[in-house]
Amino acid sequence: MKSAVIQLPGLNRDRDMIAALTKISGKAPATVWQTETELPDVDLIVIPGGFSYGDYLRCGAIGARMPVMKAVAEKAAKGVMVMGVCNGFQILLEAGLLPGALMRNASLKFVCREVKLGVANANTAFTRGYAPGQIIRCPVAHHDGNYFADPETLARIESEGQVVFRYAEGTNPNGSVNDIAGIISEGGNVLGMMPHPENLIEAAHGGADGRALFEGLLGKAA
Amino acid sequence: MIKARIIVTLKNGVLDPQGKAIEGALGGLGFSGVGSVRQGKVFDVELEDSDRAKAEAALKEMCERLLANTVIEDYSIAIT
Repeated sequence: MKSAVIQLPGLNRDRDMIAALTKISGKAPATVWQTETELPDVDLIVIPGGFSYGDYLRCGAIGARMPVMKAVAEKAAKGVMVMGVCNGFQILLEAGLLPGALMRNASLKFVCREVKLGVANANTAFTRGYAPGQIIRCPVAHHDGNYFADPETLARIESEGQVVFRYAEGTNPNGSVNDIAGIISEGGNVLGMMPHPENLIEAAHGGADGRALFEGLLGKAA
Repeated sequence: MIKARIIVTLKNGVLDPQGKAIEGALGGLGFSGVGSVRQGKVFDVELEDSDRAKAEAALKEMCERLLANTVIEDYSIAIT
């Protein structure tokens, strides 16, 4: 599987993502700077976490308007897999590649802890490595992960199976509506999620529950 | 030159945890009878153009494309 990791000023989880992709796919991803207008020919594009542009204006708002995001949108429209984690999720929402918005955590606090995630839809390219309803461990670290969508949008994504991860066992850390932690696009090739699967892929991390996400992708796009 | 003030606020029905916290703090300071507080943003924009109609169209586009997230926010534009 060939992959690319998008880099923007203020993102800080890119190295973790590069390490995870390299270890699991056996190939180092290409890194693509925000000013690029073309992307290499890859199976997967990842926008990692962090604080692009210092979270100025709204989290992900400025990053989503950088030239590289136009190229990401074009690739997404062609069916290339795109995955945004944490700030990457915020960027995908701000870029209009996924529905809804992420607001300040209901507690107003930055949360950095482990949560339980339920696999709400295991029939996607991103979640095929998990069993339906499986509960996994996953770390979160964010200040603005409170998912919101208007009632019509929410009803639509729920009925279409676009909610793929939900905070489980009372671990919703941010007040997200319906405990939503991750969603996919209508076409199923764009995933956004607040938790960090790249930070739980080997024993040295204290667990490897995130690994199946990447391995499932690999099976699809190897 | 045209000067404009853009106000961006959360839509009705969108929960505003920051506004709620401010509301609580005002109560704590002894201000009674505060029904509710909603937090928003203000942008003061100076445009080199002096054509008012063009400025209004440009400001609206700025709001739609960057200054407001219309999923959760409304905006108003006042040219001063």
